[in-house]
Amino acid sequence: MPVRIGVVVFPGSNCDRDTLHALDLAGAEPIALWHEHTSLDGVAAVILPGGFAYGDYLRAGVIARFSPVMRAVEAFAAEGGLVLGICNGFQVLAEAGLVPGALLRNRGLRFLGRDVHIAAERLDTPFTHALAAAGRPLRMPIAHGEGCYYADDARLDALEADGRVLFRYVDGAGERAAETDRVANPNGSLRAIAGVRNAAGNVAGLMPHPERASEALLGSDDGFPIIRSLVDSAARAAAGQRPHELAGAR
Amino acid sequence: MSSHRFAVNVTPKPGILDPQGRAVEGSLNHLGIEGVRSVRVGRRVELTVEATDEAAARDVVEKLASELLANPLIEAYAIEAIGAVA
Repeated sequence: MPVRIGVVVFPGSNCDRDTLHALDLAGAEPIALWHEHTSLDGVAAVILPGGFAYGDYLRAGVIARFSPVMRAVEAFAAEGGLVLGICNGFQVLAEAGLVPGALLRNRGLRFLGRDVHIAAERLDTPFTHALAAAGRPLRMPIAHGEGCYYADDARLDALEADGRVLFRYVDGAGERAAETDRVANPNGSLRAIAGVRNAAGNVAGLMPHPERASEALLGSDDGFPIIRSLVDSAARAAAGQRPHELAGAR
Repeated sequence: MSSHRFAVNVTPKPGILDPQGRAVEGSLNHLGIEGVRSVRVGRRVELTVEATDEAAARDVVEKLASELLANPLIEAYAIEAIGAVA
């Protein structure tokens, strides 16, 4: 039986349908969860999709953070449920304190919509285990105005020491991008961080859009293994097994 | 109950990248203005609170400033009373 995975729909979400479609391709039973829902309808994992929830007013993600569905997502995450935030969804998770750090205005001040390369730091996570190799460049789009990953130096050191950096911006050859490299690291993220996870390892966020690179028709399917990882891990969780290497995060 | 008007000034914390501030600073040359530095761009939110007295009203503002208006990781805030409202 396909595993049920929820995609939260905030007013202003615009990648919810793409995400539902990618989940369908990956063999899941995707369902949309309206932002006023107070229950998650028995899903085995949740994705917070990209978009401009509540118009990104005040700060990207902050108004969405206080919506009724987020109370349910927070409770789900606290029990070890798998949660992935993509782009605006990552911003919501960061504002909610479910993943570390903050997303600042892009250093160049411009909204950026184009392809980038990222590479996974590790494969022993519920979000990356279906990727072919760590460090291999994956091409997928970004579309954001506030994507510059920020945390103070002490926290960045701790994230790296604990293996909580999931993805970094790299060049086409897989070399880690410098903070000043506006081609490979266009938003200027500190230490080229494109995605992180929480301490328990069950909540992750990234700025690029794997769901928009989930089939060859879209120009790249490099993002699809990230979706498949989540679906497979959710299926394991639903069957009462440990999701892939959740304990991988120390 | 009485009405109390406040402003909450939210600014990027020291050391936080502020590309907007830098862009404003960069534009000053074009205006022929010299001697201005450390430009930081933030936001100001004005609001009216109904409460028993000013102290109680300030407590409400403190809570909403710290939980909603500012992200404590990256922003500082200052609360300013801007007078009672009739």
